[in-house]
Amino acid sequence: MGKAWKFGENLNTDEIIPARYNITIIDTELAKNVFCEIKPEYARSMQPGDVVVGGMNFGCGSSREHAPIAIRGSRACCVVAASFARIFFRNAINIGLPILECPSAAEDIDEGDEVEVELDSGLIHNRTKGRSYQANPLPEFVLKIAEAGGIVNFLKVHDIEDLL
Amino acid sequence: MGTLVEEIFSRRAGRTVQAGEIVLLDVDYIMSHDNTTPLAIKALREIGKPIKDKSKLVIHFDHAYPAPNLLAAEAQKRIVDFMKEQDIQNFYHQGVCHQVMIEEGYVTPGRIIVGGDSHSNTYGAFGAFGTGFGSTEIGVAWVTGKAWFKVPESILVNLSGSARPGVCSKDVMLYVAGQLGMDGATYRSLEFGGPYIDALPQHERIVFSNMSTEVGAKCGLIAADQTTAAYLESMTKARGPFELLRPVNPRYERVLEVDVSQLGPQVACHPDVDHVKTLEEVEGLPIDEVFIGTCTNGRYEDLEIAAAILKGRQVSRFTRTIVTPASVAIYQKAAAAGLLEIFQNAGCTIGVVGCGACIGRHGGLLAPGERAFTTMNRNFIGRMGSPEAEIYLGSPAAAAATAIAGKIADPRDYLSS
Repeated sequence: MGKAWKFGENLNTDEIIPARYNITIIDTELAKNVFCEIKPEYARSMQPGDVVVGGMNFGCGSSREHAPIAIRGSRACCVVAASFARIFFRNAINIGLPILECPSAAEDIDEGDEVEVELDSGLIHNRTKGRSYQANPLPEFVLKIAEAGGIVNFLKVHDIEDLL
Repeated sequence: MGTLVEEIFSRRAGRTVQAGEIVLLDVDYIMSHDNTTPLAIKALREIGKPIKDKSKLVIHFDHAYPAPNLLAAEAQKRIVDFMKEQDIQNFYHQGVCHQVMIEEGYVTPGRIIVGGDSHSNTYGAFGAFGTGFGSTEIGVAWVTGKAWFKVPESILVNLSGSARPGVCSKDVMLYVAGQLGMDGATYRSLEFGGPYIDALPQHERIVFSNMSTEVGAKCGLIAADQTTAAYLESMTKARGPFELLRPVNPRYERVLEVDVSQLGPQVACHPDVDHVKTLEEVEGLPIDEVFIGTCTNGRYEDLEIAAAILKGRQVSRFTRTIVTPASVAIYQKAAAAGLLEIFQNAGCTIGVVGCGACIGRHGGLLAPGERAFTTMNRNFIGRMGSPEAEIYLGSPAAAAATAIAGKIADPRDYLSS
């Protein structure tokens, strides 16, 4: 269970982490500046297990992986959004950042709500409001990558053909 | 049978594939650059398996080259060490990666090219499937030679009519972006077609595929035709015959009809690429920096139209104007044609070939409170430096007119005189 941090529509990779901080690939270093221009209090006071909640087209813009890596480095447990930009979606899965697409949760959850996420079932519980939301299920092959903890770990023990 | 992306994927899969299917396909080339290669190397090392086919790797130094600071220098040294160790042959520092990919002949109809850069959609203008990946997946493609795709649904942008004088393909694409919105084509293939595209020179077609990224598209395809083939033969190292795949009885999720003859110059306003207005609506807005260049509009013909406007004129005294040719080949052609001299005589600064000011790390950063008018493809907050700066996007013609006026200006006022 963690606190929800709410972000708006079309949140782009520069807003997640400005390009000038992409001089390292260490996730905990990147996390120090995650959301620094739009929500500087996030990096200062978020707690491991908190949940990032976004609107439509979360993570649009650059292909840079620094954006999901920075969020992973902050030790958020999950990103819940109404929808994800396609490269961010792939990147998050590939690097092992849990993400759930759920328009109802994205709309209903407010900043500061206590939220619990069940990744395997896709159920999201809002303990503050006493409501639950069902996220769109992830495709089976995406779950395989997520369960391995990312594509790199998957390929250490499998061939790419094992995905399908 | 199907849309252009279905045709390209079916050809590669050796069977008919349709939107919604997940496919694992061989890729022809795997592109990455100084910004995205380090993490791909990290992924490769962690996977612990060898590169499948080294001839598929194409690595460019363009985002911050030559290195503007020590950290960039160190990152680039690590990439060079990697290329030496792995004996990687396809290495370029001749300009913006996408332009160099085209010039060097990697981009031909029907090819499947993945790139560690969101604007890898650019290759779609040649009837190739190009799409952007993150670095980890670039490393995965190095190891496997393959990538997974969900075959996307397609949206057709059907463009009819002829553009009026002073209206560039950039104006048309900005209008389309405004109509579709930033997430209007997420996960989708955008196909551009119609009489306007059929008659359009290849260099202007590239703008549509390049900017398909800005509306969320997986790819932005234009069916290759004789115009494409002639451009490839004359302007690039690619040699035919080319297989000119076309959609066959396609089923589109949506069709957007645009009559181009109704459009004037367009501007994408701070802070979103779909915040598009007619140029008249923002005319007169003071501008501190004009930047002409990038993978969107840094080609020779873009410089040519800007030079036609700037010839014999001066840029406004306090509007720093930066012209950055997208590649060495473009730089040399512009120099030989006297365009660089025209720019310099007008008071412009010629930037080092590459991405330049577009990525906010060198070559013309914005201070807080400054406003730029650029030929770039995106205007996110903070992209060119300060998050308190504003970025407006338009055509190379509008950028040149704006540089002279020191405020957003209509290029038609300068082209007619």
